[in-house]
Amino acid sequence: MTLEVKLTVNGVERSAQVEARTLLAELLRDHLKLTGTHVGCDTTQCGCCVVHLDGKAIKSCTILAVQARGKAVTTIEGLAQPDGTLHPMQEAFREHHGLQCGFCTPGMVMMGVDIARRNPGADEDLIRHQLEGNICRCTGYQGIVEAILSVATPGAVKGHH
Amino acid sequence: MRDFDYHLAADVEAALAQLRASEDGKIIAGGMTLLPTLKQNLAAPTDLIDLGGISALRGIALDGNMLTIKAMTIHADVGASDVVRKAIPALATLAGGIGDPAVRHRGTIGGSIANSDPAADYPGAVVGLGATIVTDRREIAGDDFFLGLFETALEPDEIITQVRFPVPDQAHYIKFRHPASGYAVAGVMVSRTKGKVRVGVTGAGPYAFRASDFETALERDFNPQAIASIEISVEELNSDISSSAEYRANLVQVLARRCVTALI
Repeated sequence: MTLEVKLTVNGVERSAQVEARTLLAELLRDHLKLTGTHVGCDTTQCGCCVVHLDGKAIKSCTILAVQARGKAVTTIEGLAQPDGTLHPMQEAFREHHGLQCGFCTPGMVMMGVDIARRNPGADEDLIRHQLEGNICRCTGYQGIVEAILSVATPGAVKGHH
Repeated sequence: MRDFDYHLAADVEAALAQLRASEDGKIIAGGMTLLPTLKQNLAAPTDLIDLGGISALRGIALDGNMLTIKAMTIHADVGASDVVRKAIPALATLAGGIGDPAVRHRGTIGGSIANSDPAADYPGAVVGLGATIVTDRREIAGDDFFLGLFETALEPDEIITQVRFPVPDQAHYIKFRHPASGYAVAGVMVSRTKGKVRVGVTGAGPYAFRASDFETALERDFNPQAIASIEISVEELNSDISSSAEYRANLVQVLARRCVTALI
């Protein structure tokens, strides 16, 4: 079954002809060529594909594209300002070296934004629990946790590696 | 994943009509189990009927001593609800501990209960709190709802609309999380209402059940020592690569005692 899916992606109205079984991650990557959203495991575990749907972090490999019809999607490409100024969470990942190979980074940053929004004042323990659905195979969690902590709770991160 | 026809239902009646008109239709709620199942080709329905557009199926309300959670309410909303936190804090804790934050933003209480996954959290609350499952046509007592592995009392064309939880005097839920999946290796909900005790167990058996020997002992003496010598039969318990039935039986014991300790 082929359907037309209209949705807002990073503030822009988009539409695509997809099959009913097309996943949101496939719509973003294959149809809209927004390849910043990564697909790591394709089984709802790794979190590399996290995007925001109407402002909430979700795994785009585990939702049909048609289920996002009429909704607003934000991907990693939509976080920075048009002039290239990084989003505070992206800046924090740069500052705290929150990445190694970079594959999990888009999902980590999108989840980080969601965690900081829902949990202002969060401590390290809460952030680690909130990252249970995002896996970094380089095991570079220390910098990732510090980056999110620095945004959620300014002043909580003391010093640098 | 095989392709299918997709239908966004306007209301429960329309969803039921579409389901009956479909050759092999499936209802999709949050899709947190169904979509992974479809991706593995473990199911290949001809039609998917999406309840995601029915706003009447979302919401949380406390009426007197009855907490009603509508079927399409997501785990994140239950976990963050001040109403739930005040009425049955253990239920908010349970919902806030399901899967991970992204899963909690999609997964729903109705979907979780209808699926009867042996390791899901909500079924433990349904039996541990004595909930009532309300469908499009009837009310089903929580104690009669779970019948087997992924098997419930629902008819093939029956849709859960809400779940009603009587507010207990006290309740506590603890799960032993599988470190990779977040599912319950075992989870125990202990509740107390006017001297009556319920002990709901999930994760350990093929479906959620009540540990009635524990309940009887705790009604006599609400103390962890009261159940310390009662063994859970391993006969019906799950055994897998991570945890044997004996290990799960012990976990249920330990978690139930910890719940009681937390409540006294």
